[in-house]
Amino acid sequence: MCFSFFPIAASLLLAFCRWDIISGLKGIEWAGIGNFKSLIGFSYVVSLGKTTLAPNDPLFWKYLYNTVCLMSAIPVGMAGSLLLAVLLNKQFPLRNLFRTIYFLPTMCVPVALFLLWRWIFNNQYGLLNWVLSLAGLHGPDWLGTVAWAKPSIMLAGLWMGIGGGGMMLYLAGLQGIPRELYEAADIDGAHAWQRFWHITWPLLSPTTFFIFITSVIGGFQGGFEAAYMMTGGGPAGSTTTMAYYIYQNAFTWFQMGLAATLSWILFIIVMVVTLLSWRFGGRRVFYF
Amino acid sequence: MMTEIESAGASKGMPEGPERPAGWKSTRSALLTASAFLAAFALAALMIAPFFWLASTAVKAPSEVFRMPPALIPSEWMWGNFIKVWTTFHFSRYYLNSIIVTVCVVAGQVVTSAMAAYAFARLEFPGRDKLFLCYLATLMVPGAVTMIPLFIIMKFMGMIWTGNFYLFGKYFMGAPLGLNSYFALIIPGCFSAYGTFLLRQFFMGIPKELEESVKIDGGGHRTIFSRIILPLSGPGITTLAIFTMLGSWRDFIWPLIMVNQDEMRTLPIGLSSFQGIYFSDWPLLMAAALLIMAPLVVIFFFAQRFFVEGIKLQGIKG
Repeated sequence: MCFSFFPIAASLLLAFCRWDIISGLKGIEWAGIGNFKSLIGFSYVVSLGKTTLAPNDPLFWKYLYNTVCLMSAIPVGMAGSLLLAVLLNKQFPLRNLFRTIYFLPTMCVPVALFLLWRWIFNNQYGLLNWVLSLAGLHGPDWLGTVAWAKPSIMLAGLWMGIGGGGMMLYLAGLQGIPRELYEAADIDGAHAWQRFWHITWPLLSPTTFFIFITSVIGGFQGGFEAAYMMTGGGPAGSTTTMAYYIYQNAFTWFQMGLAATLSWILFIIVMVVTLLSWRFGGRRVFYF
Repeated sequence: MMTEIESAGASKGMPEGPERPAGWKSTRSALLTASAFLAAFALAALMIAPFFWLASTAVKAPSEVFRMPPALIPSEWMWGNFIKVWTTFHFSRYYLNSIIVTVCVVAGQVVTSAMAAYAFARLEFPGRDKLFLCYLATLMVPGAVTMIPLFIIMKFMGMIWTGNFYLFGKYFMGAPLGLNSYFALIIPGCFSAYGTFLLRQFFMGIPKELEESVKIDGGGHRTIFSRIILPLSGPGITTLAIFTMLGSWRDFIWPLIMVNQDEMRTLPIGLSSFQGIYFSDWPLLMAAALLIMAPLVVIFFFAQRFFVEGIKLQGIKG
């Protein structure tokens, strides 16, 4: 208890303070909502004789955008997991072995896997660019260019997560669908896509909803290890996520107050998004 | 077995379309099986390719890495890479640290979660359900929120307790408190609202009638807990232990901020510092990565069943 309640209260208090930890306990100053203002606030800036409304911290918005951008891989990953699960739900030899192989990356240590992917993405000697060159393509500098850094991280993330918990949950869900429904559809002459769209998809909707919510919550807080191991948040801050920004504030620049504020802003965002998707997504979920 | 018989009966009972020739169905299903197998095989090849690359790089000579086209199978097998990783720097020490931290966190979390879960499931005390709700609410707070105050606590704990008064004693497992201590690496990981929740759900599912006989014999909560609840919740405890172990072995950010001395690093932190030193010595880096993941993969192959069940258990919760 004391390791969760007390820190939460302390963090809330800290969010309203200005404190660089180097100056010790004496350095804490009450900042009111100053931290919030300097992070998410806008103010009028006069430049070249024109008055414009500009964000106080453009980096915050940029990193928030990065985080959301990286989360766009979530639906792709879920579709992939569903595809794998549908495939594994069929009868064919060595099915369990394949399941184990798909699940393997989920089991491993993310830090080590990101290191591996940094090597795969290596501009000159990496596996990916070599494979592309076999097809006559000249691969880009994956992690070194602003345009390709985010897709690269998404690709590595997809590989790590596609055969993981989502696939397992979908597989369990598929096995729970009564066989009679498919037989009835067969008699009615439904083809494969109709069977999937009118039986499988609606009956899996609770699973889909669960995976989506947990992935979104995780997605907002994610991206730290990828940024730390592969790109250092670069190039030009294009892979810095909220989690990495919090880390930078707290442990690179020692701005504990700002970091606490950031973590609370992140919490509020996560809460709001979760509640919204609960409200609007929950209606589409079909329970049987 | 059951389903095979059922499906055989079902297909027998179904009228065949008049335009379909005899044997069409079996050819079609054989074709489907073959194509499913091929698709699964192709995907598996894609999934395993990075691992192949990892293993092949790990046993290459440093010079062979920078060659185009790359040698998929090294011309010379450098098993020495592993020994080099193990002996240079403190890789064996990192391993020891990781093992100590993981074992302690698993033990601590299982014990505290089981005890708290028992309290929430079986004891009657005022405000119990409200307290449990508060517990659950902490699950929603991101780790980043508590990370910073915990860091501050650990930092100043080291400063204060190494002064004149000691609350927990000056040392914990041979190392001083505060940053760079086993205390800082282990203790915050020993409490888990999630574990409490998981085990509470499990305990609630155990019928209360079983406990009546213990009560009649005059046994108290301690007997019920150790003789009835614990033996009956083996799968729940195994699941919690496995997921805690997994989380602790691969935990990165907490040890990263807690530790700045080389001899206190755990494996993931060791690897990231390795990366800083051997920036482009890819065989050594890959060999290190392989060594870190090896224990998890071995455990996974032996305890796969528990992983699968554990994930389903998590899903049911939602």
